[in-house]
Amino acid sequence: MTRDEALFQFLLRLGDNTLVLSHRISEWCGHAPVLEEDIALANTALDLIGQTQLWLGFAGEVEGEGRTADNLAYLRDVWDFRNLLMLERPNGDFGKTMMRQFLFDAWQSVLLSKLLSSSDTQIAEIAEKASKEVAYQLERSAGTVVGLGDGTVESHNRMQEALDDLWPYTGEMFLGDEADEVLAQDGIAPDAASLKPDWDELVGGVLKSATLQIPSTKFAHKGGKTGTHTEHLGFILADMQFLQRAYPAASW
Amino acid sequence: MSNEWPLWEVFIRGQHGMSHRHVGSLHAPDAEMAIKNARDVYTRRNEGISIWVVEAKNISASSPSDKGPLYEPSNSKVYRHPTFFDIPEEVGAM
Repeated sequence: MTRDEALFQFLLRLGDNTLVLSHRISEWCGHAPVLEEDIALANTALDLIGQTQLWLGFAGEVEGEGRTADNLAYLRDVWDFRNLLMLERPNGDFGKTMMRQFLFDAWQSVLLSKLLSSSDTQIAEIAEKASKEVAYQLERSAGTVVGLGDGTVESHNRMQEALDDLWPYTGEMFLGDEADEVLAQDGIAPDAASLKPDWDELVGGVLKSATLQIPSTKFAHKGGKTGTHTEHLGFILADMQFLQRAYPAASW
Repeated sequence: MSNEWPLWEVFIRGQHGMSHRHVGSLHAPDAEMAIKNARDVYTRRNEGISIWVVEAKNISASSPSDKGPLYEPSNSKVYRHPTFFDIPEEVGAM
């Protein structure tokens, strides 16, 4: 695998993560439990779309076949997406949405802090811009996880259920493959497994404050990073891509 | 007992403003969340560089019915305005 092929895969993974999660978060628009959270979630979805534009835009440049961020977002099929499986999971209740957000924000913040010193200056620049947004998102999602986890019996139980359900999907974040190895050798991106200690510490601390138990299972669902997805992604794309598929090159 | 979160009044200091101005209100479970919510609800378009929140119940307000006794007496006291002084140009804006 050449450096550019590896880089293209890596950028698709980052961009597809933020794109798919953004779509899931945007499903809350107009449905969140309170107005303030509704707006906060919409802000998060928009931040994630902004990051998607940067990652997929760069992916298109690296690929060198003239595809833009929009082309990559709207004209690829399920098997070409490289997002983590956790992010395409249905939202569940508000608590579960925030638990997923927290587990992902923690991973993004650890990853982006490493990408700040990437040997690729464009990656370092995107990481710098995104890390400010992610720092706020993490503060917010961690605060909500603690608030609900260490809240009422009802909210605690729901958050524990959410954690139990999502936990087996977190292992995929730390599974590396050839693309990761190529980029780690060139100092472009950290090795996937190397992010785990920092993530464990960050997540462990917050979950402890939230009085939640980390599940003991070591099982990890995987496949998203290489294009093997759950049935949920197809529905997301049907919704997200409909307009460009039905009316190619439509603009407004 | 109410299941509603308490109401908070939000004050934001703008990019060029000297003082915090009241911009609106919102609900939040505590002060920390009120600041976060204020950030998301009231600073989306780069409006502010500082946020204050205060729980609405902690604000004491003058009564509208006291308007007469409180404010009308000053209507007839124009000498309280410093418009009768010649201000030297070097002083600049007052």
